[in-house]
Amino acid sequence: MATKRRPFEVIAERLIELLIKLCGISAIIFVFGIFFFVFREGAPFLAKLKVGEFLFSSEWFPTSQTQAKYGVGALIVGTLSVTILAMVIAVPFGLGAAVFVSEFCTGKVKESLKVIIELLAAIPSVVWGFVGLSVMSPIIINTFHVPIGVNMFNGAMLLALMSVPIMVSIGEDALKAVPDSYREAALALGSTKWQTVYRVLLPAAKNGLLAAVLLGVGRAIGETMAVLMATGHSVRIPDSIFDPVRTLTATIAAELGETSKGSDHYQVLFLIGILLFTITFIVNLAADLAVKGIKKQ
Amino acid sequence: MSVEAAITTPPQPDAPATSRLFAETALVRKKYRRELIAKCFFGAMAAAMVIPLILIVTYIVVQGAPSLSWEFLRTNPRLGGIRGGIWSAVVGTIYIVTISLCVSAPIGVLSAVYLNEYAKESWFTRIVNLAVVNLAGVPSIVHGLFGLGAFVYAAGMGKSILAASLTLSIMTLPVIIASTKEALAAVPVPFREACWNVGATRWQTIRRIVLPNSISGILTGVILQVSRTAGETAPVMLTGVATFKAVDGTGLLLYNPLTDQCMALSMHLYYIATQASGAAPSLPYAIATVLLCVVLLVNATAILVRGYLRSRKKW
Repeated sequence: MATKRRPFEVIAERLIELLIKLCGISAIIFVFGIFFFVFREGAPFLAKLKVGEFLFSSEWFPTSQTQAKYGVGALIVGTLSVTILAMVIAVPFGLGAAVFVSEFCTGKVKESLKVIIELLAAIPSVVWGFVGLSVMSPIIINTFHVPIGVNMFNGAMLLALMSVPIMVSIGEDALKAVPDSYREAALALGSTKWQTVYRVLLPAAKNGLLAAVLLGVGRAIGETMAVLMATGHSVRIPDSIFDPVRTLTATIAAELGETSKGSDHYQVLFLIGILLFTITFIVNLAADLAVKGIKKQ
Repeated sequence: MSVEAAITTPPQPDAPATSRLFAETALVRKKYRRELIAKCFFGAMAAAMVIPLILIVTYIVVQGAPSLSWEFLRTNPRLGGIRGGIWSAVVGTIYIVTISLCVSAPIGVLSAVYLNEYAKESWFTRIVNLAVVNLAGVPSIVHGLFGLGAFVYAAGMGKSILAASLTLSIMTLPVIIASTKEALAAVPVPFREACWNVGATRWQTIRRIVLPNSISGILTGVILQVSRTAGETAPVMLTGVATFKAVDGTGLLLYNPLTDQCMALSMHLYYIATQASGAAPSLPYAIATVLLCVVLLVNATAILVRGYLRSRKKW
């Protein structure tokens, strides 16, 4: 015969389940909250905003007394150019290291490599920025004989180092998800490891690897402190990779402190925040869809 | 040479049939050469990550060594931060880390419990998961804008330790959710079934069986959250961390977390490295060393805890 539960226990159980459900959906609440509160601060300026001018003009003169101009074109180009250069450096290294960790090494070497990757991922972005500012900048000036060491190349190197760990760990997961029977079949046909990787594993894991790259891109676009400290501060469209640039994130971080709450400049900075939020949202959504693609196979 | 001729031709006297059969052809040699090249190439890619880590850490520590001492750690900064030590920044970081941990650990763990134990396969669960991924992907400076708009202004907290900590706790929530979820999923389903069969409710099962068995993953997530919070700069500089703040005394109770702004290690490094003039050249390196030590030690602890608890696992 079943014993009856005491009413207190039943109520407690109900309450705790309610709490768990509330926490469960908290992530949704927070994502909407972020959008809502950032948008709310920036919204009043929307009435005055010409979208075309905002996105494509590169005239960014927010502090001008007579004619303030808010064109983020140069900032978008700055963000994109630093991110693309960073990815050109990081993707081969990230995926190459993922292949090495997953397929070419075993035991102690593998464990210690994974630990080092984890530690690399843990270094705070302000420390990276400091490294760019005071270590890499003189090295760049001396090696490439350019006048300014804090430039796009410097920032891209830092972003590459920062986004490689996430690519390695997601890429390794993607390679691990390929069934062992694929590897065994390839080996049974007499192929070497390299042939297995090149002909079997990379095609089979391509969605996961794509997701790894996209998450690295998301990380690079959203990075603030490193680019604030190491890419220089000139708002213009760069001619070469050794030109200083300014990114969207760095602009917010550098200028928000000097604005007064509610001013046009302040509101525009929040709109830049919404722009960043939208860009990273799309990148993350794409990465998520790529991963879902593997699971369906 | 015709086929018959090939079959009937006797083997060369100086090469026995078997060895000729198994001899490496040029093709096989090429195959192994490529294998070696590929291995070295990928190994170099991996080494290219290890070497900068070691070089950077060593360089920073060596450069910072002249300023480092126990006194440096325990004295408060003076003259806008360019003289004296870093104690009030250390305390500020401790405050922020502790408060944000207290907020995000329970929410994160319960959220993971919901996703792993209660949620069914449905479009709604998928959206929740997507929200977690996106929360992790939102740029840190946008989290800062959110904290400024929501906590500092809308909730009326002003720029304070509380506002900064709450901002960081939301930002680092996905770290705890991800590692707790992984740990919960690793607890075998029969454990739960056995518990349900003796009449336990869902929550009793979770509290007595599932959570204790996944403590290693939860602990790892919590520790990683600590290291992430300690190093974050962009969100807290908008919501409650000052570049310099004079305080009295060298105890732990320097600030009032509800109203005061504080100093923090990460912000202190940014300020000294970029804006302050007249500081000793080794000062920013010393601050960076302390910050790196904190973060790397905390992470190393997470790795050790995970390894230890994994080795004790009974299934």
